[in-house]
Amino acid sequence: MPVTTIEGREVQVDDEGFMTVYDEWDEQLGGALAKLIDVDMTDEHWKAIQFLRSDFKTEGVTPTLRRVSTAGGLDMKRLFELFPKKPAKKMAYIAGLPKPHGCV
Amino acid sequence: MTETTFVPKFDDDEDTGRKLAIICSKGNLDMAYPGLILANAALGEGVETHLFFTFWGFDMIIKERMDDLKFSPSGNTAMHLPVGDWRIPQALAPMPGMQPMATHMLKKQIADLGVPEVPEFLEIIKASGGKLWACRMSADMNHVTMDDLYEGVDAIINAADFIEMTDGAQMLFI
Repeated sequence: MPVTTIEGREVQVDDEGFMTVYDEWDEQLGGALAKLIDVDMTDEHWKAIQFLRSDFKTEGVTPTLRRVSTAGGLDMKRLFELFPKKPAKKMAYIAGLPKPHGCV
Repeated sequence: MTETTFVPKFDDDEDTGRKLAIICSKGNLDMAYPGLILANAALGEGVETHLFFTFWGFDMIIKERMDDLKFSPSGNTAMHLPVGDWRIPQALAPMPGMQPMATHMLKKQIADLGVPEVPEFLEIIKASGGKLWACRMSADMNHVTMDDLYEGVDAIINAADFIEMTDGAQMLFI
């Protein structure tokens, strides 16, 4: 597994750059990851990221976009505005989680 | 261990211009899903996506029918029961009660995966920026107008309009 340096900290990532170790992540790191992909974090963004983190912890997998919308109670249209074009992958990246595997 | 500073490619800067057009021509429950799932996936990847409903696929967008699509094991030799891996003999497939049972089973299997029913799926596709087009000839054949169609449908268009609007798109016929 490759290791990359973000904010002066070494973190383990997969071949694409998604973090692979759940506990290496904290909000400061999340903020830095967001900056790397040009997402300006607001409270609304954080609400989504916090849902991804807590859902991963209980379910063991990264939630799909639909799950973020239904179980997380976040509006689908809004998610596309907050994380343009590829919301599911962008949220997973910022939350320090693997890409979602589910189809829907 | 190697040290890198890479970031996943989200292709934000480049407008790839990738476009997907899916023609939905079937109104069976099982055949409604491939188009919906692919459209949803494409939108989640930032791909401009158009769905064109024609012929039997019209049932997916007719308000009164969209929530009541059916699945029949008749003519489908690949249908296995979820337990025991049994196939339904084709001679039994057209029997009364088979279609409601098969429809109920398929709906349950789909719901168990957290996948929405057709109307909600279309709503998600709309919220994700997808475009829904209804076929002019099918509308005329079925004697339906925009009033009879799901409110998310963008317009009733003819085949030439569709060809024009999907210039450069990747096409799927389902």
